Amino acid sequence: MSELSDLYQEVILDHNKSPRNYRKCENCNHDAEGYNPLCGDHIFIYIDLEDDKIKDISFQGSGCAISKSSASLMTTILKGKTKKEAEELFSKFHEVVTSKIGSEQDLSNLGKLAVFSGVRDYPARVKCASLAWHTMLNALKDEKNLSSTE
Amino acid sequence: MNKENTQTVLELSENPLRNFDVEKIRQDFPILQRMIKGKPLVYLDNAATTQKPLSVIDTIKDYYTMLNANVHRGVHFLSEQATLAYEESRLKIKEFINAVSACEIVFVRGATEAINLVASSYGRKNIKEGDEIIISAMEHHANIVPWQMLCEEKKAKLRVIPMTDDAELMLDEYEKLLNEKTKLVAVVQISNSLGTINPVREIIVKAHQRNIPVLVDGAQAVSHIKVDVQDLDCDFYVFSGHKLFGPTGIGILYGKAELLQEMPPYQTGGDMIRMVTFEKTIFNDIPNKFEAGTPNIAGAIGLGAAIDYLKYLNMNQVAKHELDLLEYSTLRLSEIEQVKIIGNAKNKASLISFVLENIHPHDIGTILDSEGIAIRTGHHCTQPVMQRFCIPATARASFAFYNTKEEIDKLVSGIYKVIRVFG
Ligand SMILES: Cc1ncc(COP(=O)(O)O)c(C=O)c1O
Repeated sequence: MSELSDLYQEVILDHNKSPRNYRKCENCNHDAEGYNPLCGDHIFIYIDLEDDKIKDISFQGSGCAISKSSASLMTTILKGKTKKEAEELFSKFHEVVTSKIGSEQDLSNLGKLAVFSGVRDYPARVKCASLAWHTMLNALKDEKNLSSTE
Repeated sequence: MNKENTQTVLELSENPLRNFDVEKIRQDFPILQRMIKGKPLVYLDNAATTQKPLSVIDTIKDYYTMLNANVHRGVHFLSEQATLAYEESRLKIKEFINAVSACEIVFVRGATEAINLVASSYGRKNIKEGDEIIISAMEHHANIVPWQMLCEEKKAKLRVIPMTDDAELMLDEYEKLLNEKTKLVAVVQISNSLGTINPVREIIVKAHQRNIPVLVDGAQAVSHIKVDVQDLDCDFYVFSGHKLFGPTGIGILYGKAELLQEMPPYQTGGDMIRMVTFEKTIFNDIPNKFEAGTPNIAGAIGLGAAIDYLKYLNMNQVAKHELDLLEYSTLRLSEIEQVKIIGNAKNKASLISFVLENIHPHDIGTILDSEGIAIRTGHHCTQPVMQRFCIPATARASFAFYNTKEEIDKLVSGIYKVIRVFG
């Protein structure tokens, strides 16, 4: 049986309460809007991409604790990463939140992302956790249209 | 409850249901004995779907065990028996909503399909370019989108009755909307996201003064208040079986016979025809004209069993119990500083939508779930309502007659837990 504290880990509660990089990025050259119609999570991601490197990344929007902290944590992880590294981290994150319940995934090399491993026991919340990441990918592709987790 | 129950014979009998013993009633619902995450289930999501009494579950099981055959098609014993049970169920529904005739009761999949049926059959035939259809600001998407599509197709216009901050429809605005272009009014009787009980009778009277037909979405109403379609004088009435303690996949379209008769079929195929040659098809009479193909026989019979169950309940006592639950939950939730209740209509069903300062409803839902408490969070398929109140979503506790004050106490402790976690 999964414990509630596995989902709402301290790090998540902290990022929810005081989200990092919660602002509009002034001279960003990439952005995207994400929306989860199921729960009304709504997010904007701003990226300043320079020579294929994420020089700055920030977000704004409204959503549940999982989606907000996921966006916040993501911005702290991706700053300074290349486009390719960001895409790899997306795959990794996706695996963290969707791998089958009970499967023993090696969490040791996931770093900060491991705090979201509890989400996999709450299928309804996977979309909350991944909205920021999907939106980030769209921003990198510079798809300005609305991304949706539906 | 405007009409007194007339079943005096049952009133006198020693039926525990009629004395309204909520603990006894809970025994009739097997799922209410379940443990969820190590805690007894507190089921407060009745507006999404209601639980089923054992009598409904058994009826469906018995049907498949003893009676299964196709209806209206065979001369053999089982087919005749199944047809009889299916049609008997139609009769029970006719009595339940007090329709004039059983031919006014059409079996469909649910409220959604019933509205789609009226929109595509009645709507396509009668709505023309420049016409107007009136709905309200608190409709479920099921009573918005079919009309929107129809209006788009016919270049007609959708008009919306606004509501106040307390979530009551503005009837003076409604009257201003009515004009010679208005061809149909479609309104929800009880709002699933706000709990408001709308004055549909008044709305219908106003429309009928201009000979405009009215469809009432009764999806949330049938389980809470006595519905009498003759008294309402509505032209169409729709509801779903699963929100009335019956099975999923079955619902009802009631339509006045003279309207249904004039309407073209919605789907075509078997059962809905009287005679088919390759040159021409003569359609069957109502209601069969609207029931193409093999229907949800078990569902229809199961819904009949649900109505039988409700018949044994004293609806006055049910209403009183539900009002108690509403008052108690409103009181207890108002005591919590961070809670804001959305929907404060004077006339309200036992449903309470709320938001918590700085905490998203989804997080409320997950934490309550860990306490075995099932509520709904989200926009409840009423996104325009959320837009009206400038919120992304709400948490909603919706009660049925089998809920108790102890369960509301658990909800309140759960909310305090939510506040602790995110405090
Ligand atoms: C007011 C209202 N109308 C229509 C519906 C649609 O019912 P169903 O999904 O059973 O077709 C619902 C159910 O959520 C409802 O609450």
